[in-house]
Amino acid sequence: MSTEPYDHALHAHGDTMGHGSRRGHRIGSLLAIILTVVPFWLVMSQQGPAPGWTAAVIFALALVQIVVHVVCFLHLDTRSEGGWTLLAFLFTAVIVVLTIGGSVWVMFHLNTNMMPMPGGMTGPVR
Amino acid sequence: MTDHALDPRAASPTWHLAEQEDHDHGGGGATILGFWIYLMSDALIFASLFAMFGVVSTSYAGGPIPREIFDLKLVALNTALLLASSITFGEAMPHMEAGRVGQTRAWLAITGLLGLAFLGIELYEFGQLIAEGASPQRSAFLSAFFTLVGTHGAHVAVGLIWLTVMLIQLGQHGLSLPMKRRLICLSMFWHFLDIIWIGVFTFVYLYGVIR
Repeated sequence: MSTEPYDHALHAHGDTMGHGSRRGHRIGSLLAIILTVVPFWLVMSQQGPAPGWTAAVIFALALVQIVVHVVCFLHLDTRSEGGWTLLAFLFTAVIVVLTIGGSVWVMFHLNTNMMPMPGGMTGPVR
Repeated sequence: MTDHALDPRAASPTWHLAEQEDHDHGGGGATILGFWIYLMSDALIFASLFAMFGVVSTSYAGGPIPREIFDLKLVALNTALLLASSITFGEAMPHMEAGRVGQTRAWLAITGLLGLAFLGIELYEFGQLIAEGASPQRSAFLSAFFTLVGTHGAHVAVGLIWLTVMLIQLGQHGLSLPMKRRLICLSMFWHFLDIIWIGVFTFVYLYGVIR
């Protein structure tokens, strides 16, 4: 912490939180509002395409909105904290995708391949 | 300012140059990174809750299905409130950087009121659901729903307590360096909760209604 390069890294981070962020924040706010209104409109007005396509669109918009929030509101970039925040974020993103995707994938196939039982104790009861 | 007294370089004549006022996290760099790591671990908690919800999201046990019980207008209102609170928190930050205590407190107070409204509407929604018989013990889907959305709501409640403490401390200490550091951490926490809510309204509510 007492070395010069580290102080420099701190300063770079301070810049992101301060001067450069106001315009980014405005743009981010506008994008976030659009990316929230569109999926709600698609589902509530039932104007969208077939349910499968609507689902694909709202998931895609959610992913984009998450990126917008992380970049414009959490100010994640390659420079802050010497790149460690980005590294931690990417690692977490991998684990999140594995946890959610893997669980849903495995359990979906378990449910589909399970023999139906009287009493409905296996698989999802609909 | 007090942690500077612990700095062995305090006696050095170059110290003032290295730690000017515009260095917002003098000694706060490790705190910011540490708090970021905490947020990432919190994201993993939510990932496991989302995974659990995804697995049992059609296990209705003959009970109510999402289309019957979710009021999307209420969810849209709640989403708008939380997004607005995230934006108003972002509005507070430039005032904090510039050391304007009054405006910082005003924007934070607006953020807190929006967060409080979000929490109130969520509790109202939970109350309505339970009154309709869609309580957590009705089906695996509802257990997972209340666990996931309730955990998010609990985080918002903690954020509101933290925000209240910050408003009080701003009155006592003004915008000292430790206060700026705490506010940066709280802003990260608050934006993080809004990001989790994107997953909730997409995966739980919107996708639940169209599937």
